[in-house]
Amino acid sequence: MNQMAALVDPMVPAPFRIERVKKELSDTFTLDLVPAERKRSISFLPGQFNMLYVFGVGEIPISISGDPGVGDKIVHTTRAVGNVTNAMWKMGVGQTIGVRGPFGTAWPVEEAEGSDVVIVTGGIGLAPLRPAIYQILANRQAYGNVCIMYGARTPEDILFRKELEKWRGQFDMQVDVTVDHATGRWGGKVGVVTKLIGRGGFDPHHTVAFVCGPEVMMRYAVDTLVERGVSEKDIHVSLERNMKCGIGFCGHCQLGGDFVCKDGPVFPFDAVADRFVIQEL
Amino acid sequence: MVQDMGLDKLIRDHPFFEGMDDEALELIAGCAANERFDAGQYVFREGQPADKFYMVRHGSVALEVRAPGRDSIVLQTCDDGDVMGWSWIVPPFRWKWDARATRLSRLVSFDAICLRGKLDADPALGYAMYKRFVRVIAERLAHARLQMIDLYGIGKE
Amino acid sequence: MTANKSTNQAFVIDADKGLQKLIAVLAAEGYQVVGPRLEDGAIVYAELASSADLPVGVKDKQDGGNYRIVKGREGVYFDYVVGPHSWKRYLFPPEQKICEFRRQGKAFRIVEETPDVPAYAFIGARPCELQAMQIHDRVFDNGEFADPAYLARRDAAFVVAVNCTQAGGTCFCASMNTGPKASGGFDLALTEIAEKSRHVFVVEVGSQRGQEIVAKLKGAAATDGDVSKADALVKKAAAKMGREMVDDVGPLLKRNLESNRWYEISKRCLSCANCTLVCPTCFCNTVEDVTDLTGANAVRNRRWDSCFTMDFSYIHGGSIRREGASRYRQWMTHKLSSWFDQFEQSGCVGCGRCITWCPVGIDITQEARAIRDSEGRA
Repeated sequence: MNQMAALVDPMVPAPFRIERVKKELSDTFTLDLVPAERKRSISFLPGQFNMLYVFGVGEIPISISGDPGVGDKIVHTTRAVGNVTNAMWKMGVGQTIGVRGPFGTAWPVEEAEGSDVVIVTGGIGLAPLRPAIYQILANRQAYGNVCIMYGARTPEDILFRKELEKWRGQFDMQVDVTVDHATGRWGGKVGVVTKLIGRGGFDPHHTVAFVCGPEVMMRYAVDTLVERGVSEKDIHVSLERNMKCGIGFCGHCQLGGDFVCKDGPVFPFDAVADRFVIQEL
Repeated sequence: MVQDMGLDKLIRDHPFFEGMDDEALELIAGCAANERFDAGQYVFREGQPADKFYMVRHGSVALEVRAPGRDSIVLQTCDDGDVMGWSWIVPPFRWKWDARATRLSRLVSFDAICLRGKLDADPALGYAMYKRFVRVIAERLAHARLQMIDLYGIGKE
Repeated sequence: MTANKSTNQAFVIDADKGLQKLIAVLAAEGYQVVGPRLEDGAIVYAELASSADLPVGVKDKQDGGNYRIVKGREGVYFDYVVGPHSWKRYLFPPEQKICEFRRQGKAFRIVEETPDVPAYAFIGARPCELQAMQIHDRVFDNGEFADPAYLARRDAAFVVAVNCTQAGGTCFCASMNTGPKASGGFDLALTEIAEKSRHVFVVEVGSQRGQEIVAKLKGAAATDGDVSKADALVKKAAAKMGREMVDDVGPLLKRNLESNRWYEISKRCLSCANCTLVCPTCFCNTVEDVTDLTGANAVRNRRWDSCFTMDFSYIHGGSIRREGASRYRQWMTHKLSSWFDQFEQSGCVGCGRCITWCPVGIDITQEARAIRDSEGRA
């Protein structure tokens, strides 16, 4: 029995030090975290999340936005919208954050090899997809056409703008950006992100789609992808529910028969399609 | 505005006209013309008579609302492949917005004065066209509603 | 609790002396003995100093929203069924400290908590409750993650089961296939035979540890007659279940997620969370990080939570399950339907607590039947 008690409690975080803080947008920032106590390599899969704890405030799930190929730090991008993220917003280099994870399922980046890849995302939803984009770019020749379709509220809300511009300018990659609201100064597209799907350059019958953003956006994006002929099983979505433990113990993130923290957050759409329909499930 | 033999094929291949019979397509192609707009040039202006509709071949046209003392507000852009403009079938046949090319844009325009008469005279053709425009209008309305709800205001934490 | 299969060899011990000795032996072995006690008009689970602490000669009368202790057969130890407590409060305590955080300049230090792992001996765990424990074993060790404190407490616990020779007014274990006879999951299992001339317990052994304890009781070998008499009593209880769950309730609820019945139930449901607290399998919990007034120390606690609270499904922007109907649906479908998807078994053991302790007497078996009956009518 003592051997059991000696097991590490998955609810206890490990201390990480903030190595860098980068302000991305007016309310969005990126933290680079390194282990505070001992050197250890960090591995995660694109789409996974960590539980981050701010001393005296609380703990929340935040997806990982860094490069899975870089093993000495973890990178998180988030918006300052709640107690914990607002506290993080005020933190600086050298301070400690508690980390548990990584948790959850990943974007099927390797399974998508040999297919076209369509990434449909909006707002902060680009953050959990960035690791997948890095991984695809690191092995670009393994994929067919790669399209990123990104929607933001206004031109000022475009996350990772420099990187989007860079991606558009390199390799064989279609990067399309649209915003909901803009003035005449904005030279780009105005309209919902789903509109980009209609004429994107991909073969719907040989396409794997990754969709991440607000649930309403995902519903309409999936509809449009399906209308174009992409199969529901080839569409992957990342869902958000109240994840408190990350390990399937606390029950808060249940969605039908799934624990979003453990069985998700990334699901093939056909596995959760009915749950998009039933309200308040 | 030079008549273009390639227009016929372009119209025939465009999803908007899919399923229309040859006679109708010929008629529509007869009303079509290529137009080119440089960046910043207006395709049409609010209040002007709506005597055309457009198909964007390449480029981007912003539908805008002018407001005094501030930058114009872009309602949406019409990009490659989009059909633009339906004020020509809705009385009083005047443009509701400005349309401005945000970069060099090549459009196909369709002469609505010629078309309106034909649609009135031939209800079957009229119905076929209306059906197609209703789809464009419905899609535009759906998109406008999604734009309206501030989709990204509530995002992942 | 080390093995799940009962051995064939059964023993007989005297009801009074045998039980007294069993408790004494377990205490001498270092176990903290816990069992039923009558407190504030209800049978609860609390520490036992001796068999004198057990409620004797009392029965419980249970119905929807109703629980009363009444006089039972004189001298009989286990004439009642289950009360508001379940063993989860010992194996999965209502509040547990996970760790502490101490501020150190710009940083903080994490102080791990050594979990409190008392070796409990549970006296009088009913078959439905054994099933509930096995259900929690799967929840807290899901193949990917394990709760070390739970597993340690569970591993240390000695389980003395009691087969039910009475069925309560809200019991439906027979239709859930979880009772009234224990088929495994115990160290020892008792069946009380209370006759005018003879008052004994037939003792079945379920584990090596059970074998070692029973050896110290010096009971006589049970005769075939004893064993069949015990079986007959349990069978009689099976026939007297106060409630019954409809067949194939899992797929039934899945087909009816948008049934109007959820709204009908929500008119009565108070969202008070009583059902989730008395349920022996409800495991939902929350993690609270509490900072002291100096701001220098914080404690992480895990506490029972309930899917009936608004906070439960909160995501940034608001709660997912805003309507009482969706919260009741979550609870009932989780218990009876989606539990199968998660753990390949039912989350309901048929103990009836949620019916008895519901302040408005909502009856899960009746609601399942109403949903079944509504099929085809819509």
